Amino acid sequence: MIPELGQFALVLSAVIALFLGTVPLAGTLRHNVVWQSLARPAALLQFVLVSFAFACLASSFLSNDFSVKYVAEHSNTLLPKAYQFAAVWGGHEGSLLLWMLMLTGWTAAVAIFSASLPLAMVARVLGVLGLVSVGFLMFILATSNPFDRLFPMPADGRDLNPLLQDPGLVIHPPMLYMGYVGMSVTFAFAIAALLSGRLDAAWARWSRPWTVIAWAFLTLGIGLGSWWAYYELGWGGWWFWDPVENASLMPWLVGTALIHSLMVTEKRGSFKAWTVLLAIAAFSLSLLGTFLVRSGVLTSVHAFASDPSRGIFILIFLAVVVGASLTLFAWRAPAVTLGGTMGLVSRESFLLLNSVLLVVATGAVLLGTLYPLIIDALNMGKLSVGPPYFNLVFAPLMVPLLFVLVPGTVAHWREARMSEVFWRLRFVGGAALLLALVLPFVLGSWSAGTMLGVFLGMWVGLGSLQHVVERLRKPGRIGGSFWGMHLAHFGMAVLVLGITGVKSYEVERDVRMAMGDTVTIAPYTFRLVGMEDVMGPNYKALQARVEVLKNDQVIETLLPQKRRYFSTAMPMTEAAIDTGPLRDLYVSLGDPVAGDTPSWSMRVYYKPFVPWLWAGVLFMVFGGVLAALDRRYRRNTNQQSVRTASEALSGSA
Amino acid sequence: MKKFLLPLALFAVLVVFLGVGLKRDPREIPSPLVGKPAPVFSLPTLSGDKPFSPADMKGQVWIFNVWATWCVACLEEHPLLVQFAKSQRIPIVGLSYKELQGSEAANALSSEADKLQLARERSLKFLEKAGDPYKLSVMDLDGSVGINYGVYGVPETYLIDKEGIIRYKRVGPVTPEILIETILPLIQQLDKPA
Repeated sequence: MIPELGQFALVLSAVIALFLGTVPLAGTLRHNVVWQSLARPAALLQFVLVSFAFACLASSFLSNDFSVKYVAEHSNTLLPKAYQFAAVWGGHEGSLLLWMLMLTGWTAAVAIFSASLPLAMVARVLGVLGLVSVGFLMFILATSNPFDRLFPMPADGRDLNPLLQDPGLVIHPPMLYMGYVGMSVTFAFAIAALLSGRLDAAWARWSRPWTVIAWAFLTLGIGLGSWWAYYELGWGGWWFWDPVENASLMPWLVGTALIHSLMVTEKRGSFKAWTVLLAIAAFSLSLLGTFLVRSGVLTSVHAFASDPSRGIFILIFLAVVVGASLTLFAWRAPAVTLGGTMGLVSRESFLLLNSVLLVVATGAVLLGTLYPLIIDALNMGKLSVGPPYFNLVFAPLMVPLLFVLVPGTVAHWREARMSEVFWRLRFVGGAALLLALVLPFVLGSWSAGTMLGVFLGMWVGLGSLQHVVERLRKPGRIGGSFWGMHLAHFGMAVLVLGITGVKSYEVERDVRMAMGDTVTIAPYTFRLVGMEDVMGPNYKALQARVEVLKNDQVIETLLPQKRRYFSTAMPMTEAAIDTGPLRDLYVSLGDPVAGDTPSWSMRVYYKPFVPWLWAGVLFMVFGGVLAALDRRYRRNTNQQSVRTASEALSGSA
Repeated sequence: MKKFLLPLALFAVLVVFLGVGLKRDPREIPSPLVGKPAPVFSLPTLSGDKPFSPADMKGQVWIFNVWATWCVACLEEHPLLVQFAKSQRIPIVGLSYKELQGSEAANALSSEADKLQLARERSLKFLEKAGDPYKLSVMDLDGSVGINYGVYGVPETYLIDKEGIIRYKRVGPVTPEILIETILPLIQQLDKPA
C-alpha cells in the first residue's frame, strides 16, 4: 500500500509541476497577478508531495519490503539500518527520486526566500523550475519508477553494492545533487531574466547567493567523491579523469566562471550576455552529466544500470531544455546593452580572462570525455582517452588561471595600472618565488613542476593573506563576501599545494609480505604482525595487522581488510589510512601469494599532503557559504529597484 | 545576431553525436582474434574424459563460453545458455576459467591433482543445480588458455566456425537481444552446408 501511495504522490506532483510550469508564466504574459501569485503555493505543494513519495520509498527500505523491485535489488535484511536508508539512493531510480526531492526543495526555498523579489520575477523563476520538474518527473514515471512491484516476492534482497556501503558514499550523492540541482536555480533566474528582457544588475544580485551556494555544494560533492575513491577503491588515487568525475567537474568549472562573471555583471553591468550564457551552460552541463552517467554511452566505473530508452529520454529532454534556452538566448541577448566601459587592465579584464580560461578548460575536458564517443560515431574506431591527455591539457590552463587570480582580486574596477598592481604584490611575489626555490629542497627533490606548483600555491595563498591584512587595517564593516572570497581562494591555494606535494613526493611500494616482514619508506617502517578473520554484519573479512614504526617506536597499528560480502562473491579491499597533518600512510591488503610460507601481496603508500586536498576543498566550501550569507543579498528590494533604475538611466545615457 | 546563434549551433552538433553514440555500445571492443584461427590448447575436461582440444570440433560450428562459479555475471547469462543448449542447434564448450581464484580452501592444497579435484567438485555442484548447457567443459585453472584467447572479463563467448576460425566474440554476458540479433543469424550463415 505504501509504495502505491508514494507513486500516487509522484503522479500528483507531476500534475502540480505542470501547473507551476504553465499558469504563473502565462500570468506574467497576461499581467494577471492572481495567476502569478499561485507560483509560491504550487512550489511548496510540489515539495510536500515529492517529500512524501521519498518518505514512502525510505519506509519500504526500512521495513524490508522486497515486493518492491527497487528495494529487492538494493537492500538486504542483514544490511545495517543506516545503509538501508542510504540505499534509497543506491541505484538509478532512487537517486533520481533524491534528485527530484532536491529540485523541489530548491524550488520551495526560492519560493520562501524571495520576499524581496518582484512577483513577476518569482513567477518566472518558479515557472521555469516547474518545467524542469515536469521533465524529470516524466522521466521517473515513464522509465525509472522506483515503486514498481516484483512478483513473486523474493525472501531476501540482493543487497546494496558493497562499494556503496560506506559513509563517504552515503553523503556524496546528496551533496553532488544539491550542487547539480542548485545550478537549475541559477538557470531559472537566467531564463526568467531573458524572458522578461531585463538582464540587469538586479538579476545578477538575485542570482549570486543561489549560485554560490549551489557551487559550494558541488565543490563539497566532488570533494567527497574524490575522498571516497581515495580510501575505498584501494589504489591510493584521488582523481581518475573518469567520465563521471568529468561530468561533475565541468559544471564546477563553468559554475566557478559564473560566480565571478555574475560579480562583474552586478557591480559594473558588463558581461551580461556572457553571464547568462554561463548560467545556461552550467545547468546544461549538469544535464549532460546526467545523460552521460545514465545512458551508458561511455564506459565508466560508475556502472549505473544503463538502458537505451532512458538515454533517449534524457537526450530529448536535454535537447528541448538546452535548445530552447539557447534559442531564447540568441533571440534576446543581442538586445542587451553593453555595460560600463572597461580598461585593458582592470579587475574586469582579469575576471574576463579567468572566465575564458575556465571555459576553455571545460571545453578541453568535454572534448576528452566525448572524444571516444565522437570517434566511434564517425566509425573511426574505438579508443579511450586517459589521464595523460587531461593532465597535459588541463594543467597548462590552470597555471595562468591561478596566476591572474591574485591581481584580479587587488586591481581596481574600470581602469587599473599593471605596474601599480604588481608593485602592490611585490612582497607576495617575492616570497612565493623564494619559497618555490627553497621548499622543494627541504622536502626532498627539486623539479620544475614542483617549483611551479609551490609558487602558484604560495602566490594565491599569500596574495589572499595580504589583501585580508590590508583590509583589516582600514575601517568599516567587512562583508561576508569578502571573507568568503578569500577563504575560497585560500582553499584553492591549499589544494594546489596539496596536489603539488602528493604528485611530487608520493611513494608507492607493491610488496609481498609474510608474518614479521617489514617494508620501509623512510622514515616509516611497516611490519606485518598479524592476520585475523573479522565478522561484519553482512560480510566476512580478512584483516591484516600492520604496525607502523618510526625511530623504532610503534606509532600506529593499521588494519587493512579484504572483505567478502555474503551477497556477492566479489572481494572488496578496505584500505587502512593513518592521517597526519602533512601526510597519509596508506596500506591496502591484496591477495594471498602462493608459496611455502603464507604471505600476502600488500600495497603500501606514503602520501604526503593528501589531507591538504580535503582541507582545501573544505575552505572553498566554507568560503562559498560565507559569501552566500552576506547581508547585502538580503537588503530590501525597494532600495535595489531605485538603484537599478538609476543604473538603467545612466546606462542608456 | 549571428554570434549569439553560435552556442545553439555547437549544441546541435553535440546532440547529433550524442544521439549516434546512444546506438553504440562502448563496451563492445573489436577483438583482434576475430577472423583468426582459435588458439590451440589441450586441457583436462570437467568430466575427467580424455583432454579436449579445439581440433576435436573441426567440421562443426560451435560456441566457446568462458565461465566460473565465482562469476556473478555468468549467473545472469546461464539460464539463457541452458535454454539455447536445449534447442541443440550447435554445441557449447565451456572453459572453466580460474575456478579456484581467491579461494582460501584451494590455497591450503599443494598438489595440482587435489586442486583440479576441488575445482571439478565445485563446478559440477554448480551445474547440477543451475543446469548444464555444455557439451563438455575444460578446466583452465591457471588461466593460461584464457590469456591466449585474450580473456579479460568473465563471461566471454566465442563463435567458432567449421574451419576453427573465430567469427564473433562477446565480452560480458550474452543477452537475449545479442543472441537473437547477432549470434543466431551468424550461426545460420556459418552452418550452411558447403
